[in-house]
Amino acid sequence: MMVEIYDGPLDIKTIFANWLEDGMERNWGAFIPFIGIVREEDGIEALSFDIYQPILDSWFNDWQAKAKKRGAILKMAHSRGDVPVHTSSYMSAIFSPKRRVALELIDEFVEDFKANAPIWKYDIINGKRVYAEGRSTPMRGAGLLSKKD
Amino acid sequence: MVKIEFLGPIARASIDIEASSLKDVALYLQQDSELTIWLDKSAIAVNDIMVCDLNHTLKDGDKISLLPPVCGG
Repeated sequence: MMVEIYDGPLDIKTIFANWLEDGMERNWGAFIPFIGIVREEDGIEALSFDIYQPILDSWFNDWQAKAKKRGAILKMAHSRGDVPVHTSSYMSAIFSPKRRVALELIDEFVEDFKANAPIWKYDIINGKRVYAEGRSTPMRGAGLLSKKD
Repeated sequence: MVKIEFLGPIARASIDIEASSLKDVALYLQQDSELTIWLDKSAIAVNDIMVCDLNHTLKDGDKISLLPPVCGG
């Protein structure tokens, strides 16, 4: 199961319906979706995203394996390119037989997503694309090539 | 030759250099003062696998990726 990547804002209703239908057929006890919505703040018109898919897929597959060990599965969708305010750029969900595993996993998964998924965010302000550096997190192992030996 | 690619906001074209380890790549990129700020905070992948060892050896055709700080969602 791969990350679903879409150009522009996510069609939340369609993605949610597809995931729900998939889950309902498999006898899961808990389905916990998370939907990120672009807020209007600091004069931004939209957010914009670059994605490096090969590493995103391997990061996601590692998480899928972790979830499987706990009897759960993960879903994730993300936007590439521009996403206007009041639309969605990110959805993820956990299906699990029991609610406790799903509640814990959605928290751990979304936090690690923010820190280690290879996705770069930009603010669109007056039509200009500005890297959201202050809100970005260096990935594990950052700074390796600045070492002298 | 190995290929070095600069992802996301670094916004530079890929380059090809001769290198037998990540240490060689580090020494080469450290000569470029415009890259210094990115080297300090970028993580590294070799052939799309994250690597944390500067002694990691490279072979002809390897792809090294610089991944600057991320923020999904």
